[in-house]
Amino acid sequence: MSAAISLPVTAPADPRDRGGPAQPMLLVEDLRKHFPVRGGLLNRQIATVQAVDDVSFSVRKGETLGIVGESGCGKSTTARLLMRLVEPDAGSITFDGDAVGGPGGITVNDMRRQMQMVFQDSYSSLNPRMTVAESIAYAPRMHGLAAQQAYDRAETLLGQVGLNPHTYARRYPHELSGGQRQRVNIARALALEPRMVILDEAVAALDKSVEAQVLNLLGDLKARFNLTYLFISHDLNVVEYISDRVLVMYLGRVVETGPVESIYSRPRHPYTRALFASKPTLDPDRRTTEMPLTGDPPNPINPPSGCRFRTRCAFAKAICAEKVPPLEAPLYGEGIGDSPHLVACHLPEAQAAMGMHHA
Amino acid sequence: MSEATYDLPNHRIAAADQPAAPTPGYWKSVGQRLIRDPVTMFVTFVLLGILFITIGAPLVTNGDPFSGGILTRLKPIGTPGHWLGTDETGRDLWTRICYGGRMSLLAAIVPVSVALVIGGFLGVVAGFVGGKLGNLIMRVMDVFYAFPSILLAIAICGILGNGLRNAILALSIVFIPPLVRVSETVTAQARQLDFVEAARASGTTTMQIIRHHVLANVLGPILVYATSLISVSIIISAGLSFLGLGVTPPQPEWGLMLNSLRQAIYVQPYVAALPGLMIFLTSMCFNLMSDGFRSAMDVRLNK
Repeated sequence: MSAAISLPVTAPADPRDRGGPAQPMLLVEDLRKHFPVRGGLLNRQIATVQAVDDVSFSVRKGETLGIVGESGCGKSTTARLLMRLVEPDAGSITFDGDAVGGPGGITVNDMRRQMQMVFQDSYSSLNPRMTVAESIAYAPRMHGLAAQQAYDRAETLLGQVGLNPHTYARRYPHELSGGQRQRVNIARALALEPRMVILDEAVAALDKSVEAQVLNLLGDLKARFNLTYLFISHDLNVVEYISDRVLVMYLGRVVETGPVESIYSRPRHPYTRALFASKPTLDPDRRTTEMPLTGDPPNPINPPSGCRFRTRCAFAKAICAEKVPPLEAPLYGEGIGDSPHLVACHLPEAQAAMGMHHA
Repeated sequence: MSEATYDLPNHRIAAADQPAAPTPGYWKSVGQRLIRDPVTMFVTFVLLGILFITIGAPLVTNGDPFSGGILTRLKPIGTPGHWLGTDETGRDLWTRICYGGRMSLLAAIVPVSVALVIGGFLGVVAGFVGGKLGNLIMRVMDVFYAFPSILLAIAICGILGNGLRNAILALSIVFIPPLVRVSETVTAQARQLDFVEAARASGTTTMQIIRHHVLANVLGPILVYATSLISVSIIISAGLSFLGLGVTPPQPEWGLMLNSLRQAIYVQPYVAALPGLMIFLTSMCFNLMSDGFRSAMDVRLNK
C-alpha cells in the first residue's frame, strides 16, 4: 500500500535551483488569514473567521508534502495564500531562499512562474470559451511566448499528460470527461515550467479508477520534471500513497507533522488518531478501536481558547484551555532526526494513547 | 491501489505529424450554428427586409411621405396607386411605413447601443471590482430601477422636451440600469470561477483577465439581453411618439402613425392596424433573433 514515490535524482541540475538540495523549496512562517465577517446595519465587521492561524511548515525540494484535515480546516485557504490569490494578514513565504513579495526578495509574479496550482473542480477551472490547447498555451503567451511556439508547447504537454494532441487539442472543456479535464489542468499548470505544483484536492472529484491513473501520472510527471508537490486532500489513503511527509490541520492550525510512515503508524495527536479512525478500511482484522469523534468542529468564528481540539478531546485538561500547545517533538519515542515528527499537544497521556495501530 | 504502471504515451506524436490546423474561433462556430437554425435565419431575413425597405425607401416607393390630398383620404388596402391604402390626410401608407421605419428603428437601436456601451462597461466594472465602487454603481442604478421604464422615459422626455433626439436620450437612460444589472451579475459569476483564479495564479494581469476570460464569457449573455431590449425599445419609442413626446408630425413614425390612424379605426380598420403590425413584426423578430443567438452562443447546449 505504502508506495510513496521515491525517485532517483536523475534530472539535470535546474539553473533556477539556487539554494541547492538542502535549502527548502518553500518555507512558510506564521502564515495567518482572518476573514472579516460583515453584517448589521452599516456593514460593520462583526466577527472574524480564523481560517488560517499561525501556520508554519516547509516543503523540501523534490518531496511531496500532503496536507490533510476535514472540510473547513484551512487547507484550501493555505493553498490560496501560498499562491497569493488571497493576501495573508501576517506571515512570510520564502521560495527557495527568496522572500516572496518582500524587500530584497522575489515578486509574487516571479514566484507564480515557479509555483503553479491545480484546482479541485476540473470544469470551472477551464475557460469554457477556450479550446484545451488555447487554455494550456494561454499563460506562456501572456508571458511573451510567440503564439505558434505556445501552441506547440501545449500540444507537447497534452502528449505528456496522456492525451493525444490530435484528438484533444481543439476540443472544448465540455467535450472532455472529468479525468481528461483534470489532465488538461495539470498540463496547464506545467505550461510555465514550474518547479513546484500545489494540488488542491486535484483528484477528489474523480472516480476511483481515474483517480489512480491521474495519481500515477502525477508521479511520472514529478520524476520527469523534477517537481515538488504540495498535495492537499481529505482522502487519507491517497495522501499516504503519494506523500513523503504529512501535515495535519485542524481549525486553521497545524496539529501534527512528520514523515508519512511515522504519522500513519504512530499518530501522536488525538485528532490525528480520530481522523485515521474515520478512515474506511477494507481489512476486517485492522478495524479501528479508536472512539470516533462526535459532533462537528467548533465554529472557526469563535474557536476554543488554547488547544482548538480540546472541546472534542477525551483527554482535555485545564492547561489545554489556557495555553496554545506549541508544535514540538512528541514526549515519547521519536527523536528529532532529519525529518522530525512534531505534534501540538500538551499532554503526555494523550500522545501516548495508541488506540489503533495502523500498519 | 497498484504500483505506478501507467505508460505515458509517446509525446513525440505531437512533433512527428504535421501540427494540427489552427483552432476555429469561437465566433466562427457560433456563426455555423446560427446558419443551421431555420427560425433565426428566417427572422434575420425578415429584419433585413424591413431594414431594406426603410433605409432604401426611395427605391421601393415613388411616393412622397408628406403629400396627400383630400380626395385620396382613407382609401382601403388594394387601391390602385396606393396598394396599402392611404391615411387620414390622403398620404400613401406604404410610403409612410417605409420612411417611418427609419425613425422607429433609429429610436429602437441607438438607445440600446448607447446603453450597451455605458451599461455594459459600468456593469463589468461593478461586477469585477465589487466592493465599495460596485455597491455605489448598483445602488445608483437601483434608484433608476424603481421607476417603471415607460414612466421614466415619459418623465425624462417631459423634462427635455419632445423630439427624436430627446426620445433617444431618454430611452438610453432607461436602458442603462437593466444592462448594468445583467452585466454585473454575469461578471460577478464569471469572476468567481476557478479559471479566473488560475489565470491570476499564472501571473496574468487584470486587464488581460478581463479581456480574455471575463469578457469572452459575459459578452454573449449581455449581447443577447441587449438584442431582446431592442424589441422593448421599439415599443416604448412608439409609445412616446404615440403620446406626442417623440417624433413630431408630420414626420412619419410608426407609433405616431398608429396614433393618428386611431380615429379611422372604424372606417379603415385594416389600414389603421398596419403601423401596429409593423411594430409587432419588428419587435417579434428581434426577440426571436436574440433567442437564436442565445442558443447558438451556448457551447454546452450544442455540439
